[in-house]
Amino acid sequence: MRVYVNDEVIEVFGASLADLITYLDLPSARIAVELNREVVRRNDWSGTMLHEDDRVEIVHFVGGGAG
Amino acid sequence: MSSAVTAVSQQEKLIVAGHVFSSRLIIGTGKYRSYEEMRSAHDASGAEMVTVAVRRVPIDRSSESFLDYLNPSLQILPNTAGCYTAEDAVRTARLAREALQTDLVKLEVIGDQTTLFPDNEQTLEAARVLVKEGFVVLPYFSDDLIMAKKLLDAGCAAIMPLAAPIGSGLGVQNPANLRIMREQLPDATIIVDAGVGTASDAAIAMELGADGVLMNTAIAEAQDPANMATAMKLAIQAGRLAYVAGRMPKRLYASASSPLAGVIK
Repeated sequence: MRVYVNDEVIEVFGASLADLITYLDLPSARIAVELNREVVRRNDWSGTMLHEDDRVEIVHFVGGGAG
Repeated sequence: MSSAVTAVSQQEKLIVAGHVFSSRLIIGTGKYRSYEEMRSAHDASGAEMVTVAVRRVPIDRSSESFLDYLNPSLQILPNTAGCYTAEDAVRTARLAREALQTDLVKLEVIGDQTTLFPDNEQTLEAARVLVKEGFVVLPYFSDDLIMAKKLLDAGCAAIMPLAAPIGSGLGVQNPANLRIMREQLPDATIIVDAGVGTASDAAIAMELGADGVLMNTAIAEAQDPANMATAMKLAIQAGRLAYVAGRMPKRLYASASSPLAGVIK
């Protein structure tokens, strides 16, 4: 099954958002996740199953001031 | 530090929606040559709040947590830098709140890549949505009094007019507009955001009545960021003190300081 993570195609099978984040080896404490343009709270990651063509955005923080 | 400066800084905290800051300097976290250089500049500045940007995490397992390099005592102010629509800014703010558990957001909706001038219309639209969702919104906008009033009416906790284009270091290009904004909105929290190049610029912004200054490039691109950060800290204290003290009126002609009587003949 194909999902898009930050516009990149990832193949997953029967996975939750929590599984995806573990698979991608991301530091879960300092990230936030959107599924199809809606924020998914951290506590809901494990109960949120991915579906074909879901669009996931995962963000973190970088240095920046403006612009 | 003189007792006068200490007295003023103790009396006069910068308060943004219940968050109390002793320092009126807010600084960015971008463009530093190294994390160590950033950390020493932050420490030297005395700033208690720093702004950070939200970006997609690289999914090649190369990410490291930039936040770990920040002094943990700092209040983090996530920003929506890089957003060009109200919708993207709102999404970015929601993601930042989820990750950082803070309601504070520096709202930026950019209108043009060359000038990085704000899109005031989109900024106002995003501000209205975010305030309804409980965010403490600090919007970057152009130095327009009417827009300032609309942003405050929308419920923004502070307003952040630019002094010159972001990263330009041109200094305060709009003293008249900033002064008008101060005089017309005496109760608003006004934080000058963008345009400062060196310490005197920060002092001028404060002398015009700003409650604080937000800067990034002026410190990060200095030859010695830590020393520039110290200079900015002192300039902001000096400018604030001068504003509170109330400057003398300007005159076109000389006015002798010594008595006219008793001069030898």
